[in-house]
Amino acid sequence: MSDKESKHDAVSGVDTTGHEWDGIKELDNPLPRWWLWVWYVSIAASVVYWVLMPAWPGITGYTAGLRNHSDRTNVAAELKSLAAQRGAQGAKLTNASLQEIEQDPALQAYALAAGASAFGDNCATCHGTGGAGAKGYPNLRDDVWIWGGSLDEIAHTIRVGVRSGHGEARMSMMPAFGREGMLQPAQINDLTQYVMNLSGREADQAAVGRATQLYADNCAACHGAAGKGDIAQGAPDLTDGEWLYGSKVEDIHGQIWNGRGGVMPAWETRMNDETRKALAIYIHANAGGR
Amino acid sequence: MTVVIDTLSRRTTGSSAPGAARPARPSAAGAGDPGPGKPLYKKREPIYPKLVHGPWRTLKWAVLGLLLGVYYVMPWIRWERPGDLPDQAALVDFTTGRFYFFGLQLWAQEVYFITGAMIAAALVLYLVTALFGRLWCGYACPQTVWTDLYIAVERLFEGDRNARMRLDRAPLSFNKVWRKGGKHLVWILIALGTGGAWALYFHDAPTLWGQFWTGEAEATAYLSVGVLTGTTYWLAGHMREQVCTYMCPWPRIQGAMLDQDSLQVTYRYDRGEPRGPHKKGQPWEGRGDCIDCKACVVACPMGIDIRNGPQLECINCTLCMDACDDIMARVGRPRGLIGFDTDAAVLARSQGQKAVYRFVRGRTIYYAVALTAVAGIMGWGLFFGRAALDLSVMRDRNPTYVQLKDGSIRNGYTLRLSNKMQQARDLVVAFEGPAGARLQAVGMPDGPITATVESAKVRTVRVFVIVPAAALSDHSTPAAFVLKDAESGAADRVKTVFLSPGESAR
Repeated sequence: MSDKESKHDAVSGVDTTGHEWDGIKELDNPLPRWWLWVWYVSIAASVVYWVLMPAWPGITGYTAGLRNHSDRTNVAAELKSLAAQRGAQGAKLTNASLQEIEQDPALQAYALAAGASAFGDNCATCHGTGGAGAKGYPNLRDDVWIWGGSLDEIAHTIRVGVRSGHGEARMSMMPAFGREGMLQPAQINDLTQYVMNLSGREADQAAVGRATQLYADNCAACHGAAGKGDIAQGAPDLTDGEWLYGSKVEDIHGQIWNGRGGVMPAWETRMNDETRKALAIYIHANAGGR
Repeated sequence: MTVVIDTLSRRTTGSSAPGAARPARPSAAGAGDPGPGKPLYKKREPIYPKLVHGPWRTLKWAVLGLLLGVYYVMPWIRWERPGDLPDQAALVDFTTGRFYFFGLQLWAQEVYFITGAMIAAALVLYLVTALFGRLWCGYACPQTVWTDLYIAVERLFEGDRNARMRLDRAPLSFNKVWRKGGKHLVWILIALGTGGAWALYFHDAPTLWGQFWTGEAEATAYLSVGVLTGTTYWLAGHMREQVCTYMCPWPRIQGAMLDQDSLQVTYRYDRGEPRGPHKKGQPWEGRGDCIDCKACVVACPMGIDIRNGPQLECINCTLCMDACDDIMARVGRPRGLIGFDTDAAVLARSQGQKAVYRFVRGRTIYYAVALTAVAGIMGWGLFFGRAALDLSVMRDRNPTYVQLKDGSIRNGYTLRLSNKMQQARDLVVAFEGPAGARLQAVGMPDGPITATVESAKVRTVRVFVIVPAAALSDHSTPAAFVLKDAESGAADRVKTVFLSPGESAR
């Protein structure tokens, strides 16, 4: 290991480190002294850092440093300035009416962006991230509306909610014909077939005939004589392909039996006017804008 | 820490005595001194390169002048562009995400051209090095150029090699203070100009120039100028050869690019050995041309002895070639004892064989082919592949389709229309796909979609395509959007699909 002759490299006049890898040796030259100084400087710099910035943890706290730097505080300050900035821009929407916003490309672009953001935070949990809904949660992307699809109607629904407890809430109550015992099970079976027939699907025609009078007595008041629905009452159109609680026979039977009605919160107290306007524009545009 | 190359062992005596051949070599302290007490670190030994005269030195000055001239002057060159686009010929604009170079305008999403340019530049470097040696290191590298300039300033204030060495050893005096102080002052001014020129590539030069001196420039401008002033002064003034020897990766990578057939600054030992002092009138037979005058050693800014062979520290600056040629002329011998030559040629001649120069070999063919391919692709892409119009189509993924009341299916698309032309354009969007498709754009009336897009701007349009259910049979139907500019005929077509429930969902 410390054979002096084998360590000395004749050509360069410098010792090797003494190791050999497949005949390759390494000269043992001194390192440049400035490397040592760089290392010392980095140690000194770290001490400076400890003094100025949060550095050392304790049992219950940590050394905060002279600058009192806090990422948490910085983020809170940034959010505040963002809110202030948004407030300034949201004011653009305050004065214009919904129709005016839709006509102005710049305002509309702003409203669409703001609406998309607010939708993700508030509406997507029920209506889905793409607004396509699910069983029990209306599909906001198509052209079928329970409570009306114009800009003003959408805006109103957002403001007051559905069965939300708000004074002006959209309100509709479908009776639980089966659970409350208002109709016999056989009658509900027949009505199910009638509703299947209304939307042009395969149905037992004998049952359809028996249920005609039942429908006129129990359902037509809300859903209309021809089953076309009534937006004013929030009664869905039974002749289209859109089924909020499922389109299968058992789903329709279940709806007549239980009379489900979902709840949508009233957003009046939870969002400012500008955000609700932006949302209305966004939802209206994504439903086809017509 | 230098790895010994095999060819050195074939040389004859005279060059391997420790210490004798390399008085100025910075990395050979403690030579031949084994055992404890050997220092782990050693101070940098100052190097005082002597001024040389000759064609290579002149060429180096010319290259230095050209490169520095381009660097300092480029930001000031103006280039007219339409509208409110900046009128600086070379500009990296971070605020708008554009790179401007005379008539070329690269958008942020085309940054791959820069990537391609860098790959091509690297391949050029590999090819040139494999053929002609470390020309980058010795002539073009910013570290070399600025260090050369700084040493010239040092020579201006303090004199040539011997005067500088004497001044460093002399005690403090008014003479020493004004010479050294003046040198450092000029160094700092050059560094400031260098850092300043750098910042001017990122802002409009005349504007930033005015703002800088009145304190109105952005903090980042002052910071970057400050950092570059500091690094230029430090690296070129103080670190010098330490950068090449200890900090830079290129010397190590260059070792992989050079082989025994690369032209490099070479001491032709077949001619120079055996070396020894020579008195006037003595014969030259039976001995080599090298008179051991050490002119090459004192001229070297890296502080090495080229007679030891190609080494990591030798940056091929060619100053030793001029120094030796000067001496050879004085003793009446031919020039070129140190010159551009290949290891294989010198070895062949030293063994009495004919020197063969192989420029076309596997390595150079590979580099040349790769370079041609990359340069070709980049060139084609730059001149032919960049369209005046760009359309990008993003199909809605959530939900993938919407079924309307009348049973028809609707897909939503977000289109981005990019106008890369010099004027605002009215662009028309058309759809090719299933029969009976209708287009609706949010915020626009029904019918063909027309959008005005300003020059060098992007406009986003949300489009709905509605197709009657009868026209759709598969879950996915091929479709396309076509963007057209009627005036210039420029167009862009992007393929996409139209999705629907498909047969299984009926």
